[in-house]
Amino acid sequence: MPARIDWVKERLIPRLFGRNSTATAPGNAFRFRGRWRLGEKSIEGLISLSGILAIVLLLGVLVLLLKEGLPIFSHTPPWEFFFGTKWYPISEPPTFGVMPFFVSTIMITAIATAVAVPIGVGCAAYLAEVASPKVRETVKLLVELLAGIPSVVMGFVGLMLLSPLVQSIFHLNTGLCGLTAAIMLSLMSLPIIVTVSEDALRAVPSEFKEASYALGATRWETIRHVCIPAALSGISAAIMLGVGRAIGETMTVLMVAGGALAIPHLPTEPMTTMTAAIASGIGNAVRGGLQYQALFAVGLILFVMTLSVNWVADRILERQKRKFAR
Amino acid sequence: MKVKARSTRRLSQRTAFALLTLATAIVVIPALLIILYIIVHGVSAIDWGFLTQSPSQAGKSGGIFPAIVGTFYLMLGTAIFSLPIGVLAAIHLTEYAKDNRLTRLINLAIISLAGVPSIVFGLFGLGVFVMTMHLGLSLRAASLTLASQALAMVITTSREAILAVPREYREASLAIGATKWQTVRHVVLPQASSGIITGAVLAMSRAAGETAPILVVGAAFIVPGLPNSPFDQFMALPYHLYTVAAQVPGMPKSMMWGVALVLLAVVLSFDIVAAIIRSKARQRK
Repeated sequence: MPARIDWVKERLIPRLFGRNSTATAPGNAFRFRGRWRLGEKSIEGLISLSGILAIVLLLGVLVLLLKEGLPIFSHTPPWEFFFGTKWYPISEPPTFGVMPFFVSTIMITAIATAVAVPIGVGCAAYLAEVASPKVRETVKLLVELLAGIPSVVMGFVGLMLLSPLVQSIFHLNTGLCGLTAAIMLSLMSLPIIVTVSEDALRAVPSEFKEASYALGATRWETIRHVCIPAALSGISAAIMLGVGRAIGETMTVLMVAGGALAIPHLPTEPMTTMTAAIASGIGNAVRGGLQYQALFAVGLILFVMTLSVNWVADRILERQKRKFAR
Repeated sequence: MKVKARSTRRLSQRTAFALLTLATAIVVIPALLIILYIIVHGVSAIDWGFLTQSPSQAGKSGGIFPAIVGTFYLMLGTAIFSLPIGVLAAIHLTEYAKDNRLTRLINLAIISLAGVPSIVFGLFGLGVFVMTMHLGLSLRAASLTLASQALAMVITTSREAILAVPREYREASLAIGATKWQTVRHVVLPQASSGIITGAVLAMSRAAGETAPILVVGAAFIVPGLPNSPFDQFMALPYHLYTVAAQVPGMPKSMMWGVALVLLAVVLSFDIVAAIIRSKARQRK
């Protein structure tokens, strides 16, 4: 406790009132109060303004996408836009149907998630329940490094290393296809799945595990029948976040998915996702032109998809937090 | 319920743990492999000239100095635009906001912003900063775009750092007559500074690697000379890597690996700096 008092006397009072001040005497403190009030009010105003900025920004993104994207529907009716299978922006007359991009996005995301979930949850279970603290720290550091690798570098790696491999294994004409993109994406969504699932597993109260051990269950039986079921909602939130990441990823799919504009039937065909369609098309689109509007409308679809995925994940996480809150 | 034999249960545990270890290996090994592979291939491409010269022969030879400088400007710009507002917003949420509907909306907005794809932020930047505010395809517009994207992350990390400051510190300060803002300014912020700086460094590292937004708002493949002001077009490492690797045919492989290594080194070194600041702060406590 004396240390705390020293801290107040030596650090806090000089900081607040100036080094040589006698401002702790009431008279001096009161003299400054009027000026403080004014400064304080303006800074508090600034603070609450910054607080609302997140809402303003989110609404701003939505309004902008609506403003630039909706006009396309006066050229292409919504039905044709959403379910049209042909995207020919520069033919005469141009047609805009997002189905090829939508199918590609769903296909790549589904494969990436199917690959990443068992591996990610397995890794999380290992880290939370099996690994020694030292191994755990090391693996977590590497997972963080993996999360830090920029998506363009992952795309480059897919281009140089993975696509020749995929090409020779499946005897394809080109290794730049949906499958290559999906494998790279699964690697990129692993970090978030691992970290969030591990947090969920570690949040399971130790009484649950102790009860299971007391009944004679082995460690694995406890993980399988107690820990994972108890953490299931957190794990599903982790999966949702991984899905959101995969849907929104741009550079990797732009570089390795192949870029074909037809609806893909097999994962081994070249394809273009919604994100890649925007990234590759926006540079050539005339500002305010039809293609420009159509790409903003694609952005709007992406925005709505990722937003709903994230909201669901957030809901699940909140519920999980309340479940074990004491 | 039929009880299985002990040996079967032990065997199944051993198999299961082997599978879990395998899963961990599948996460860890590609990460190591990618980083090592880029280092091994990139090192031979990098020399002093590569780091300090401008590109020549349409980017096929020469160095990438302007791209390195452009990336550092972008990181700086992102921090300048996102850090003050992000920290103020975090202060609002932790110190001032009441638990009401508005606060819940703000939190929801932050979570949503964190999930918006980077390419959509690119469209936002193009529509707002380039078109509506007429900032042009410039360093300034790109920094603002990246800062909009970084905001959610800066708020979240700063909020966590501020929440970790013990309540007694605030009470001590208020007890000797400091106002709320003085308490925040002289007590809470200094205590939370290492956490806030960690978040800022991570946001900058993210900005350095981000490609899709600057692809939309105006990075250029080759710009003669360095950007002299925030109004100029610029080169940046991630966009340069995308162009040399996937856009321009006939690029020498060593050029690609070199750019990839420099980019990876910039991004990961910032990540490591953040990790060091964090662990130092943890030790002090």
